[in-house]
Amino acid sequence: MATIVAEATGQAILHEEHEQSFLRKYIFSTDHKVIAIQFLIYTLFFLMIGGLLAMLMRYQIAWPARGELPLGGIFPESMVASGYILPEFYNALVTMHGSVMVFLAIMPMLVGVWANYLIPLQLGTHDMAFPRLNMLSFWAMVPAGILTLASFFVVGGAAGAGWTLYAPLSARPDLTGVGLGQILWLVALVFIGLSSILGSVNYITTTINMRAPGMTWMRMPLTIWSLFITAILALLAMPVLSAAGIMLIFDQTIGTSFFLPEGGGQPLLWQHLFWFFGHPEVYILILPAMGFTSEILSVGSRKPVFGYKAMVLALVSIAFLGFIVWGHHMFQSGMNPMLGLTFTVSTLFIAVPSAIKTFNWMGTMWRGNLQLHSAMLFAIGFVAMFAIGGLSGVFMASTPVDIYIHDTYFIVAHIHYVLFGGSLFALFGAIYFWYPKMFGRMMNETMGKIHFWLTFVFFNLVFFPMHGVGMVGMMRRIYDSTGYAHLQGIEDTNAIITWAAFGLFASGFLFAFNFFWSLKKGRKAGANPWNATTLEWQTPSPPKHGNWEEVPVVYHGPHEYSHPDVEDKDWLAQNERPDVVSPAAGSH
Amino acid sequence: MAHAATAGRVPERGLDVYTQKVGMWVFLCSEVMFFAGLIGSYVVLRFGAADTWAVPNEVLNVPITAFNTFLLICSSVTMVKAFAAAQAGDQRGIKVYLLGTTLLGATFLGVQVYEYVELVLHQSWQGSHGFTPAAGLYGATFFTMTGFHGFHVLLGVICLAWATIRAWRGHWGADNTHGIEVLGLYWHFVDLVWIILFTIVYLI
Amino acid sequence: MDWALPPNYSTFGVVIDQLFWIILVITGIAFLLVEGGILWFCLKYRGREGAKAHYTHGSNRLEIIWTVIPAIIIAVLGAYSALVWDDIKGSSNRPADALEFLVVGKQFEWNITYPGVDETLGTADDFTVRNQFHFPVNEDITILLESEDVIHSFFIPELRVKQDAVPGMTIPVWFDATQTGNFEIACAELCGLGHYYMMASVTVHSAADFDAWQASQAPAAAQ
Repeated sequence: MATIVAEATGQAILHEEHEQSFLRKYIFSTDHKVIAIQFLIYTLFFLMIGGLLAMLMRYQIAWPARGELPLGGIFPESMVASGYILPEFYNALVTMHGSVMVFLAIMPMLVGVWANYLIPLQLGTHDMAFPRLNMLSFWAMVPAGILTLASFFVVGGAAGAGWTLYAPLSARPDLTGVGLGQILWLVALVFIGLSSILGSVNYITTTINMRAPGMTWMRMPLTIWSLFITAILALLAMPVLSAAGIMLIFDQTIGTSFFLPEGGGQPLLWQHLFWFFGHPEVYILILPAMGFTSEILSVGSRKPVFGYKAMVLALVSIAFLGFIVWGHHMFQSGMNPMLGLTFTVSTLFIAVPSAIKTFNWMGTMWRGNLQLHSAMLFAIGFVAMFAIGGLSGVFMASTPVDIYIHDTYFIVAHIHYVLFGGSLFALFGAIYFWYPKMFGRMMNETMGKIHFWLTFVFFNLVFFPMHGVGMVGMMRRIYDSTGYAHLQGIEDTNAIITWAAFGLFASGFLFAFNFFWSLKKGRKAGANPWNATTLEWQTPSPPKHGNWEEVPVVYHGPHEYSHPDVEDKDWLAQNERPDVVSPAAGSH
Repeated sequence: MAHAATAGRVPERGLDVYTQKVGMWVFLCSEVMFFAGLIGSYVVLRFGAADTWAVPNEVLNVPITAFNTFLLICSSVTMVKAFAAAQAGDQRGIKVYLLGTTLLGATFLGVQVYEYVELVLHQSWQGSHGFTPAAGLYGATFFTMTGFHGFHVLLGVICLAWATIRAWRGHWGADNTHGIEVLGLYWHFVDLVWIILFTIVYLI
Repeated sequence: MDWALPPNYSTFGVVIDQLFWIILVITGIAFLLVEGGILWFCLKYRGREGAKAHYTHGSNRLEIIWTVIPAIIIAVLGAYSALVWDDIKGSSNRPADALEFLVVGKQFEWNITYPGVDETLGTADDFTVRNQFHFPVNEDITILLESEDVIHSFFIPELRVKQDAVPGMTIPVWFDATQTGNFEIACAELCGLGHYYMMASVTVHSAADFDAWQASQAPAAAQ
């Protein structure tokens, strides 16, 4: 417990750097910045894997009877037989696409990468509160990733009961043919839970106790607020998933029957536990993205964040409401319909803070001096796409409408507008924005802009038509829609979606190329290429081990851009003397 | 080691509580949710069960577990004593009380293992021999909840043993109490969970 | 490309569709406001050399406006949704004299048990037909939904009916078809390898035709 590294002064830590071996410095590092970069590489890899799974899935949906899968020969016979994706492999694709994207790509990219990188830097401290636990939180993800990849190659293939793992399907190998694959994924999930909890303990403790002098709560950048709230959600939600996952493992392995009705168990108990975790999880996946967006929009508009206090309050209320809305995933599950009523009310009200945030982002852009670089484009794209995802959510919050659209592609469209158009757009923006701080070089702007426009266009071509397919009534997770009378006539739409999905996947490689190319060839970025005010930009790029020669002192709020009394420049860093800025930098 | 962190450090804003203690409180929030998930499931399954729930007395050995509960409560007391001894700089007290807490915790685990072995090998359940996790919801919830509690005790005992070894090396003292206090927080939490589990699993 | 709800053939479908379109209009307006605003700002406030942004930390009045207006819209929508939901699903609104069927899902078929001529389930003249659901038009129908193995979801798009079938539970679902016709039951919850073909035919008869069909089936099933 008392394993905290003694941090005497920044000097001591800088000195220590010279003595570190390669292994200590880059592999088993306790430096939050190195851990963040490890997470970044890890999550980009799994983002590609998740995308690949989606491409295979889309191929099957567009041309269910065609076979002829390109490069189908490289897959084992148990997955693709003479060019045909087999139904069991399709179920594994559906399941693992969702699981990999949520747990191994988006969530660790939002939190593992950016909470690690930004919390100590933006708060003005040397490192996390518990650097060794932090290292452990990355290394717990490694077995999770290995188990996940391995699960595709065991007998029966990877998990095939959907990312939501609904019991009894997920608990009874005799009904799916999937045995070990399901268990491996559940074990991976326990490791992910451990990683997430260790990380959260660190993020929360660091934020509570290690802020630089003068960094009061209401002077924290919105990124920190969102990551802090997210960490609280993960801290409280992940253990419930771990508990449920362990019970499900027991059902599979040692003969318990928590979720199996024949042994007296309750299938709906799984759903309650899963969604008690799952809905806060939805906010874990979007709140950090909201934080990045607020930050980038403010820097790119050269304006303070509009309604900072309202933004903080909205974050807090979303987090609170997030714990009492889980039942809205279960309106058609057989749960007591009267419970559905209460969940409708709480769910609809969560739309209010989301609306507040959207309007405040627009307010931030209003009368700004917009710098439309790649990071800014992705941040604006986030607002535009998140708005669609939020609005389509109103349909399913209205229980009667949900009767029809539940479990159709309308839901698929909704979740992707939030998770891809929302979280991933903001993540791309965050990478373009903080890359110079991480690596000391800028990413290429031209490639960045092309990447944005390709992503934006293909993304909408993929997911907007899914609303239509859902309205027609296409069910989720079906291997072949052509057999249904009511689904006749959507084949062309599905083919267009698939072609656009290929384009979307391909444009990811432009990003990857830019990412690695810029490491060596990118323009050198000074300490503060964006003329930004928050603390991470007031130290060299990349920052040294220990971050600061001398801990900065904070004098005012985080987004002082274009202050009328500041001459010569349009920004005032948080650690610059406040003589010209009023100390109460809240809304007035 | 912990106290070194405060020496010569630039003052930073935060709570007036040292970081490890904040970290442990935060971690315990997570633990609360873990056990809440298990206990909540137990409540739902027990009250949603179609057939009547078995009477604890007829399956479980309540007296021996009551004794075990007493041991764990005693270990909380010795833990408090160990912290007090550390604050007073009483080296002998630190050693005695840390060792006592470790032994009490280890004994608790031993009794639990004995209980499990007896149940699995000798207890009859609904006509068949052996009460296992596969013995209906009753067995499933019993072994899952007490098992995970036992796992937490095991982790605690390992940490306590390590702290005891350090005590013999003179590591703790009036200027170095944080480790014992933080470990104590965890230990009291585990103790508290047991009192809840003992009540709902063995008594009602 | 036909992006529309399928034609509706049930009483509940009318209100569900109406609510769908109401929400589409409301969210459509919000959509245009937000997306239009973003586009307009991007064009109008595009950065220029030497320009300085307007310095403001926000406006409490605006915060209140854009908190209260969505909250009111949402509250009205929520109240209306709740009323409709209660009409459709509330157990107190379950029709008392409905014709009852037992529908049991299992991998990967729907088994429908008919009440027979005495119109009562659990009697000797009940009979079960696999993957064929026949029932009369303009009459309250209640199905008792069960599952033998995993969770399935009973979905008839044209009747706007969807309900999960959960093993260990019997869930009543009621509806009233307004026209005769042929539809399909689809399974809307991933239930295993054959999820995509777990389909049954639905035939909505006139009352006379239904009696005739049932009479034609009963002896066959009894044998």
